Amino acid sequence: MAELNGMTIAAARDALRKGDVTSVELTEACLTAVEGAGALNAFVHHTPEIARAQAAAADARIKAGDAPAMCGIPLGIKDLFCTKGVPSQAASRILEGFKPEYESTVSGKLFDAGAVMLGKLNMDEFAMGSSNETSVYGNAVNPWRRGNDEAALTPGGSSGGSASAVAADLCLAATGTDTGGSIRQPAAFTGITGIKPTYGRCSRWGIVAFASSLDQAGPMTKDVRDAAIMLSAMCGHDPKDSTSADIPVPDFEAMLTGDIKGKKIGIPKEYRMDGMPDEIESLWQDGIAMMRDAGAEIVDISLPHTKYALPAYYVIAPAEASSNLARYDGVRYGHRAKLSHGDGITEMYEKTRAEGFGHEVQRRVMVGTYVLSAGFYDAYYNRARRVRTLIKKDFEDVFAQGIDAILTPATPSAAFGLGEMSDADPVAMYLNDVFTVTVNLAGLPGVAVPAGLDKQGLPLGLQLIGRPWEEGDLLNCAYALEQAAGFVAKPGKWW
Amino acid sequence: MLDLTYETPAPKVIAGAKHDWELVIGMEVHAQVSSKAKLFSGASTQFGAEPNSNVAFVDAAMPGMLPVINEFCVEQAVRTGLGLNAEIHLKSAFDRKNYFYPDLPQGYQISQLYEPIVGEGEILVDMGPGVARLVRVERIHLEQDAGKSIHDMDPNMSFVDLNRTGVALMEIVSRPDIRGPEEAAAYVTKLRQILRYLGTCDGNMQNGNLRADVNVSICRPGQYEKYMETQDFGHLGTRCEIKNMNSMRFIQAAIEYEARRQIKILEEGGEVVQETRLYDPDKNETRSMRSKEEAHDYRYFPCPDLLPLEIEQAWVDDIKASLPELPDAKKARFMGDYGLTEYDASVLTADTTSAAYFEQVVSACEDGKLAANWVINELFGRLKTDEKDIADSPLSPAQLGGIIRLIKSDTISGKIAKDVFEIAYTSGRDPEEIVETEGLKQVTDTGAIEAALDQIIADNPAQVEKAKVNPKLAGWFVGQVMKATGGKANPKAVNQLVAQKLGS
Repeated sequence: MAELNGMTIAAARDALRKGDVTSVELTEACLTAVEGAGALNAFVHHTPEIARAQAAAADARIKAGDAPAMCGIPLGIKDLFCTKGVPSQAASRILEGFKPEYESTVSGKLFDAGAVMLGKLNMDEFAMGSSNETSVYGNAVNPWRRGNDEAALTPGGSSGGSASAVAADLCLAATGTDTGGSIRQPAAFTGITGIKPTYGRCSRWGIVAFASSLDQAGPMTKDVRDAAIMLSAMCGHDPKDSTSADIPVPDFEAMLTGDIKGKKIGIPKEYRMDGMPDEIESLWQDGIAMMRDAGAEIVDISLPHTKYALPAYYVIAPAEASSNLARYDGVRYGHRAKLSHGDGITEMYEKTRAEGFGHEVQRRVMVGTYVLSAGFYDAYYNRARRVRTLIKKDFEDVFAQGIDAILTPATPSAAFGLGEMSDADPVAMYLNDVFTVTVNLAGLPGVAVPAGLDKQGLPLGLQLIGRPWEEGDLLNCAYALEQAAGFVAKPGKWW
Repeated sequence: MLDLTYETPAPKVIAGAKHDWELVIGMEVHAQVSSKAKLFSGASTQFGAEPNSNVAFVDAAMPGMLPVINEFCVEQAVRTGLGLNAEIHLKSAFDRKNYFYPDLPQGYQISQLYEPIVGEGEILVDMGPGVARLVRVERIHLEQDAGKSIHDMDPNMSFVDLNRTGVALMEIVSRPDIRGPEEAAAYVTKLRQILRYLGTCDGNMQNGNLRADVNVSICRPGQYEKYMETQDFGHLGTRCEIKNMNSMRFIQAAIEYEARRQIKILEEGGEVVQETRLYDPDKNETRSMRSKEEAHDYRYFPCPDLLPLEIEQAWVDDIKASLPELPDAKKARFMGDYGLTEYDASVLTADTTSAAYFEQVVSACEDGKLAANWVINELFGRLKTDEKDIADSPLSPAQLGGIIRLIKSDTISGKIAKDVFEIAYTSGRDPEEIVETEGLKQVTDTGAIEAALDQIIADNPAQVEKAKVNPKLAGWFVGQVMKATGGKANPKAVNQLVAQKLGS
């Protein structure tokens, strides 16, 4: 047996049920791994007492024969999730000291199923970023390195801490959230699996909002089976979230047959971007071949409005964010700036928000405020909404043609070096989301699966996009791809 | 039911130094929905609770909290729309109105700008018998109330009470069809009456449950008619909005002041600036709050936390079927069924309690006109003296009906009835029993009356002679008989006998 913290959820579940291992043992192994991984800066709040108590309770449940799949599984929770009594800061200074009185629906469902919380995971501030460098805690670090080069790489973002922690076996799996690619891009950068389910699958209640019409929670796991197991435990209707869908949650794991014979896999020509590295192109071709070899029918498709997705996304997401983040005003909780004599309410707002929000968040709040303002609303926000409708229709059209899933690269590159993009135009960073934002705009499920290594030994991922509410089928396609790709590489431990 | 037709009242004309001016007024009334819970949370809406005790996580805009629509509030908005003969939109949507203020924790108010739940409706504003103004309602939308900032508790700090935050309001927006200060007050009165009939808002203005923003402009005579023909606001003057009025008296005073202010500006060659103003009742003036240039850019956009609100026609039909009889219909019925004057019918239908009381009196005495007289003139007067509400009337409809029955059967005279009323009102005793016990029955026995009259004639020969010349003096003899019988003699019988004896 591998090290306990290196186990998959499925293996751990089976071992727990057989009595080969206890949750307490799993949890201790993970806590030790977390302790030794300070250099990764993945965990930003440690909750060993909670973890040990939950593990003991899980062991009792397993003994009593009442053990859901997630029972006793040690997890990391992204800092965007409100966890009762535990700091939940969205990696922002403005939520300094904030400990919610409530538990997010998704983390609550996992804990009700017996999962164990090791702590809170690093991320880009308010989930705004693609490199985890906008975090108030400092960036998380990718456990992967380029060959023998010691340069620290980004784990991606915004769920960078989650990706780093899972890839480095600090936990068995982690929660992530994905507004424009924040699960799939870091999963691809760290050689793990991450799925963003259909919008409305997971309750948003208790997750700090970035862009409400795009945000979705999802699992970040070591393989596709784990993603299926954990997703089943995370999703389900929540009357506290009006956008949560009241439709049954199937047993996604049971749908993993690996049989995709006759499935129609669409290859969208618009995802072949100018200047895309050869390695990404060849990975994509490999993926196409693997799917074909597995019996799928490969179909060239067109998603004609793809090129407008990124600009539309960077109008809609900041617009919603500018409104969602208005509540961080220093009045009721979190950071409040120290005021000078004579300062009034306006100074309190300005100083608090200037101190509390990092630059990227400020940039997006300003962009969002601008695109919603009188005189610009139609030219930006309304036009972006119309583009969004067209992008959604692009997907509906190809699904209506009988396409079962769409295969694309997950990211336009492998993980880049921390600090490498610091002088770049912010738009260069936004390009990281080019393959993933369409999926959020259309509300579809999308999964990133590791499919190979680049010349420098860094993992690369492919993305599969599915029909709405058909995460089971989508995961099965991902499972077939995973089987064919046979990606087993792990980062060498240097931390 | 009577089909009433009304004359349109003349607009208020104010004579300026140079010209005559007319007023054009539109209103936005914020009516708090009668709901125990808030629009998007389960927190209580109870008035007067400890500060910050009725606050759910979502009301305080805690991170990650989400709004969930309160179906009861939606029902009340639909009910209100139906009560104003308005179009109900089966699909509506919520938008965010963004601005920063400490009593607005989310940093935005959830409202319905683009797709309100209720569209065009109308309110018939009574301005006296036979005169009424039909005011068009543009829309009704649902929105959240804000909290309360308190600036006078501490010299260095302000405080915030979030109890009101998120309470459901219906914003009822009229067209600029109101033409004078009295009409404006009458509009609010009528709207409040309808809301109370419907039970969708308690209309309590002191508690702020009904507040009005008043848009006032002035124009030269003839311009308004051009506007009505074309619906082109270009024919009207620039408007100012007077915010947050919660008294009928202040509404009238503020409009009056504001109109004169605008007239003065225009007649001196200036221009009215579109702006938001506040009324100061102590100084009886309006003051600029913010100009159009300083106005907030609210950055409205669809609230992504809420799906469009879709309701079923069948549900609307069910609500429609459950609507009570509304004031106009009730008034017409009272006039048609009971033969009441429009004035009396209006007074009795002012609120449902009075109307119900009246109808119970009618069913006890079977005389609508008498019942109306007694309820309006005697009971209301008596209650007013006691500062009591009709709901707390010590005199029951059955008692009052009983008194009227005694009048109708000639058992007591109208004058004696007033005494019986007073006894019944203060003691709660049964009128018949009072008449019996107190010996107040009318004397119709002509023998007894005749004896009394004969005695008076015998004692006053000079008066008899005078009366023969001047028949008007007969009244003196009637009075003497009534005095001699302690008021109990049947006045009709007395009159007859006096005429007979004096031979006039």
